Amino acid sequence: MSNPGTLAVAVAGADALRGSFDGPRGPKPRVTFSRRNIFIYGTLIFAAIYYLIPLYVMIVTSLKGMPEIRLGNIFSPPMEITFEPWVKAWATACTGLNCDGLSRGFWNSVRITVPSVALSIAIASVNGYALANWRFKGADIFFTILIVGAFIPYQVMIYPIVIILREMGLYGTLKGLVIVHSIFGMPILTLLFRNYFSSLPEELFKAARVDGAGFWGIYFRIMLPMSLPIFVVAMILQVTGIWNDFLFGVVYTKPDTYPMTVQLNNIVNSVQGVKEYNVNMAATLITGLVPLVIYFISGKLFVRGIAAGAVKG
Amino acid sequence: MPESVATTPTPNPSPQGGGAAATARPSRLFRNLNAKVASIPMILTAMVVFVGGTGWTILHSFTNSRLLPRLNFIGLAQYERLWTTPRWLVSIENLLIYGSLSLIFSLLIGFMLAALLDQKIRFEDTFRTIFLYPFALSFVVTGLVWQWLLNPDFGIQHVVRGLGWESFVFNPLYDKDLVIYGILFAGLWQGTGLVMCLMLAGLRGIDEDIWKAARVDGIPMWKTYLFIVIPMMRPVFVTTLVIIASGIVRVYDLVVAQTSGGPALASEVPAKYVYDYMFAAQNLGQGFAASTMMLLTVAIVVVPWAYLEFGRRR
Repeated sequence: MSNPGTLAVAVAGADALRGSFDGPRGPKPRVTFSRRNIFIYGTLIFAAIYYLIPLYVMIVTSLKGMPEIRLGNIFSPPMEITFEPWVKAWATACTGLNCDGLSRGFWNSVRITVPSVALSIAIASVNGYALANWRFKGADIFFTILIVGAFIPYQVMIYPIVIILREMGLYGTLKGLVIVHSIFGMPILTLLFRNYFSSLPEELFKAARVDGAGFWGIYFRIMLPMSLPIFVVAMILQVTGIWNDFLFGVVYTKPDTYPMTVQLNNIVNSVQGVKEYNVNMAATLITGLVPLVIYFISGKLFVRGIAAGAVKG
Repeated sequence: MPESVATTPTPNPSPQGGGAAATARPSRLFRNLNAKVASIPMILTAMVVFVGGTGWTILHSFTNSRLLPRLNFIGLAQYERLWTTPRWLVSIENLLIYGSLSLIFSLLIGFMLAALLDQKIRFEDTFRTIFLYPFALSFVVTGLVWQWLLNPDFGIQHVVRGLGWESFVFNPLYDKDLVIYGILFAGLWQGTGLVMCLMLAGLRGIDEDIWKAARVDGIPMWKTYLFIVIPMMRPVFVTTLVIIASGIVRVYDLVVAQTSGGPALASEVPAKYVYDYMFAAQNLGQGFAASTMMLLTVAIVVVPWAYLEFGRRR
């Protein structure tokens, strides 16, 4: 993505910045090196470099040894590549008394994310289906409350949920956190599924009704198989959202069950000991890797997901 | 969005619900029973957590609850204390600076990038992927990366000094007056990709004929954008604005990761105030009052929008 060639173009583009942004004169310009093109590509490449620098610095820092970091500059590539920081971040970095690295947080996050994603999607898809095809009196009122609720700052509802979970005996457990994620994922996912199911042809639903299929029959045999893409979108949305969560993790779990983001923050921002920046960056990168991989693999579907999930903020 | 339900005809089979028809007349309550049972989680979430929880917090913000919530009402005392606490005032000031600048710049940068990507360019997908990837990362990761980049001893300041400019100072995270701008840098890096995506979708929704007409009339491109396209994109801008604004009020993890509220409380934000008073300072009443103020802030943004967006159609 950022090969040396792009840098040269960026420098060339910097000159063109002085030229005014006149827009196209006449039909589509066919010339490759028109001033307009140099301006457009120059700006875009300049911006792309700005966006890529943090990722680049993260990678480079995590592959250097501490002596090299103290002497060199953060942008220079490592003279001697070492994977030790990665190993240390994963297996032996300390948070408080635990010295088993990020691996603990990673597995906690997995144990939080998988059931949360499954549960929240199961609930929300059935909700959306009921709202789209089986509306009962009052359903829209609850739905409106749900959507308005998506705008309420979480801080307002945090403490009442602590009380509810404590009463259920789930406060501080992974199960409790799974419930919290399912609750807060519900507005946006329900909206997503409701809109999708409403867009399916009505005749399909009617035909199934005539053939005697009921609520669950239609859901499992017609709606589910027809809406795999939207399930994938919902999954991308939830996996990245839940993996990246910090607030709920810190409120509803204990140090033993902290998700990865919370543990990462504790490792990097701990005040004791000598700061090992390479280990910190390796840990940061490892934590960011899961959503990044999902992002790069899913491409357009991710865009669809966030366009729908933008409300979540 | 909920209002669209009223206008679009949706299949509503409930009158024939219960299809079996063996029973004489099923009572109203049991009609469409499966859908009602399936909606129980949604109803519970809406009523118990969203309505109930919000009401509970607002109610308890008028009490003197400390370690445990208690219904011992003391009127507006918590709010009076809140608005005389320097830390809260700093938090609000930071939120205003961060919020307004982040709104302006993310809209500006997001729109610029979207407009550039919309010029029928090559490698559009590559550029979009690059601009959007930070959005996939968590605020904690974002905060920690920028903490490292802005580190005075190793980061950008150190590199520029190494180039020979010895007196160069770029040390926002350790400067009380500048720290919020350091957070803004990170926030913009993470969030502008999303704005760009929403803007690009909006630009793609503009009829191609408008561009042709403008070109025939010889209107320069920037004028077309400024006076024709942007006014046409009003709904997209408004929606984006609401989305960014409601996200800004919640900003928490970014600050915790990047500065932990420092140096000396200079980068505190309301969400952090709430958390610290509820779970660290054991002063629940303050936490409830502060979170109610946050709710009020969001309401000031969202209610007029919802009214304009949905109320008018009635």
